[in-house]
Amino acid sequence: MLKRHVAIIGGGISGLEAARVLSKSGHEITIFDAGEKLGGHVAQWDLLFPNMRKSSEILTALLNQLPKSIHILSKTTIKNIERFNGYYVIHSDRVENVLADAVLFAGGFDTFDAQRKEEYGYGIYDNVITSIELENKIKDHRFITAQGTKPKRVAMIHCVGSRDEKVCNNYCSRVCCVTAVKQAIEIKKTSPETEVFCFYMDLRMFGRHFEELYREAQEKYGIQFIRGRLSEASEAQDKTIIVKAEDTLLGKPLKMNVDLMVLMVGMELSKALVPLVEKMQLEVGDDRFIMPLDEQLYPNQTKKEGVFVAGTCTGPKNIPETLNDARSAAVSIMSYFDQLSNKN
Amino acid sequence: MSKFGFTILKDQQLDYDNLSRDLALHIQKTEPSISSCMSCGSCAGSCSASRFTQFSFRKLVINIQRGNDKQIVNEIQKCMLCGKCMLVCPRGVNTRNVIYQLRKVLNEKKHHEV
Amino acid sequence: MKVEGKRRLWQDYQKEVAEDKFFYVRSCIRQTFFPGSERAFIKIIGTELGKEINEDPAHTSCTGIGYHTDIVPFETTQTVVARQFSLMTEAGLENYVPSCITSFGLYTEILETWEHFPLIEEQIRENLYKATQRTFNKPKNLAHASDVIFKFRHEIAAKAKHKLIDVHTGRPLRVVEHIGCHYSKMFPHKGIGGAEYPYVLAGMVEAWGGEVIDYPERRHCCGFGFRQYLVQANRGYSIACSQKKFESMQPYEPDMIITNCPGCPMFLDRWQYVIGEMEKVAYGPNGQMIPVFTYEEVAGLVLGYDPWELGLQMHQVNCEPVLDKMGVQYDPELKYKGSKGEFLGVPAIPEFLKCC
Repeated sequence: MLKRHVAIIGGGISGLEAARVLSKSGHEITIFDAGEKLGGHVAQWDLLFPNMRKSSEILTALLNQLPKSIHILSKTTIKNIERFNGYYVIHSDRVENVLADAVLFAGGFDTFDAQRKEEYGYGIYDNVITSIELENKIKDHRFITAQGTKPKRVAMIHCVGSRDEKVCNNYCSRVCCVTAVKQAIEIKKTSPETEVFCFYMDLRMFGRHFEELYREAQEKYGIQFIRGRLSEASEAQDKTIIVKAEDTLLGKPLKMNVDLMVLMVGMELSKALVPLVEKMQLEVGDDRFIMPLDEQLYPNQTKKEGVFVAGTCTGPKNIPETLNDARSAAVSIMSYFDQLSNKN
Repeated sequence: MSKFGFTILKDQQLDYDNLSRDLALHIQKTEPSISSCMSCGSCAGSCSASRFTQFSFRKLVINIQRGNDKQIVNEIQKCMLCGKCMLVCPRGVNTRNVIYQLRKVLNEKKHHEV
Repeated sequence: MKVEGKRRLWQDYQKEVAEDKFFYVRSCIRQTFFPGSERAFIKIIGTELGKEINEDPAHTSCTGIGYHTDIVPFETTQTVVARQFSLMTEAGLENYVPSCITSFGLYTEILETWEHFPLIEEQIRENLYKATQRTFNKPKNLAHASDVIFKFRHEIAAKAKHKLIDVHTGRPLRVVEHIGCHYSKMFPHKGIGGAEYPYVLAGMVEAWGGEVIDYPERRHCCGFGFRQYLVQANRGYSIACSQKKFESMQPYEPDMIITNCPGCPMFLDRWQYVIGEMEKVAYGPNGQMIPVFTYEEVAGLVLGYDPWELGLQMHQVNCEPVLDKMGVQYDPELKYKGSKGEFLGVPAIPEFLKCC
């Protein structure tokens, strides 16, 4: 078998897992990552749904499995990718260009910029935070309001930047519902006397043990679920947040003061990836995520020969799905290499 | 007021901060399965009383949870305690006991007030 | 509250407002509600700032009230508006400045409609021509009169005789700014600062020394809503909206309210009296009410105009507490006298509220 070179864009979990599988089969790998450390979003996270496992365990396992032979170019921004003599030439802000037989886009997602939902007051009201910030607060044992007090009441706002035409995101980001339930439980574990309310439209508990987690949140932790999308938030004089929504199951508008409002921000295609996607003329869907060649049959190939996709750059996914997708992409790349060899 | 020919409309909004949690906490204690409710509505769909009155066990649960007590007193009289809702509930809520506990506490309250 | 957060958002809602040569169109109802305001606008823009400002007596209602009460069909409304544009075109002008918020909203709606449906524009041009033999150009710049004052707020501040500051204590006056719904709720990008945190009035208040109050129900409609107040029996719905706002702003102890719509100052001003009489509540200090102003009136006071010339005696809520705080000189004797010194009559004293 001919040893081929794969350039992987993104050192998050999908890039790492694809790198592991491909290098195990004897291929040479270069991972490009804009950050300092590998691991992408998972490296920023604390506990995972539905089993409250430490995300660092996953990352450590992935990194430990990574062969030493892999080239890692961190803190590197790719400027352009060109097709040349059957290869891809990757121009980055490094001096030397990289030549690859195949390119794998594993550039992942960015969380939705909550400031775009102006009426929610993120970046304006002190006690409106995102799910990312809550994760860190709990991890660092700083579950407090901007005023330094312990929150007596918290609202978790589902679907921020998802299922919302007003921010041009009609799609569901999938993982936010179960993340809200997971974080609500963590709040109750950290501070049992805090009341927690989830404002949701539908609870999309799609994965194994997700529904059970939801039920546990209700039964064991007394977390309240209010069906109604947040319509607007305001800041009261005492810096608490006034939440306005409809309790759609009662058919009545509802208002409550909360000490902390947590926005469950959804996923968008990584902004860093957008210029490359445009330059390479990869097809994107109406959700602006990259379109694979065929959503059912060839989910990891693209219309460009030798260009593959893995992970959340083709739409929101959870960790097991992302890892499976990475393995599937690695298999696609290997069979592409087989085809190339057979042709020659 | 006759001077103006109209009166000021009352706010329909549920103001959670001004509603009482007492009843919710009491029912939670006496019939903890109420917290399992996921508002699917199969109880109300199968309910004999719901066919002829405004009664809905699903709504009742939310009114208890929100502390919207005023609605509850009249509602619980409509239940015939037949128990069909218990058969269909996918989350195993002891619906009859919720009604029973509500009647008990609300009747006691009424009695006390008299 | 992080004001930088708002300032960042305001950057996204900048709006071009013409520098000079305005075609000004008056509101149907403001001249009776707040009769000094439009006159003050013309004086400020024309005399004070030396800009060219034109009017045409042939200008009519935009039909906004009829349109919003389902009496006038949209096609008719568009044709009437097309005629207003033809008056502007005939005057050789292209910067259209309506005094009314509903007109501004309606003009914006019509221009947007024509932009997206050119065939409708053609039809309206034909309607107008058949009816009046008129043709028209669309305005190059459409700005509400409050946008124009906003644009020149620093020039006005530079000429200020009074600031929105309590002269006795040096404390900035606490101001509630209330924006008409049709200013930016329909087209957020057509309003300065957008719809969620509009900056048009807040910018004036800041420039003139005051402090803006951000209270929870700031986005709530005043309740004017056309068909709600037109029918007496429906006014309970209308007044309940204003009441929501008053209850929400009261804890912040506002010194005054500033507005940019014909209906809002009318209702926020008059309803305080009605609520006071009905429910025996006052939203200001010591059984008093919160004075309500139009932005032209506030600009006029800042520039040192006589309060009675600005028509402040026509307010239900007495403006004197604000005049005293700002250090504005006035003759109480002249309050209810007309321009020729004739007695205009004095309003009845409310049963509950304290007004003097």
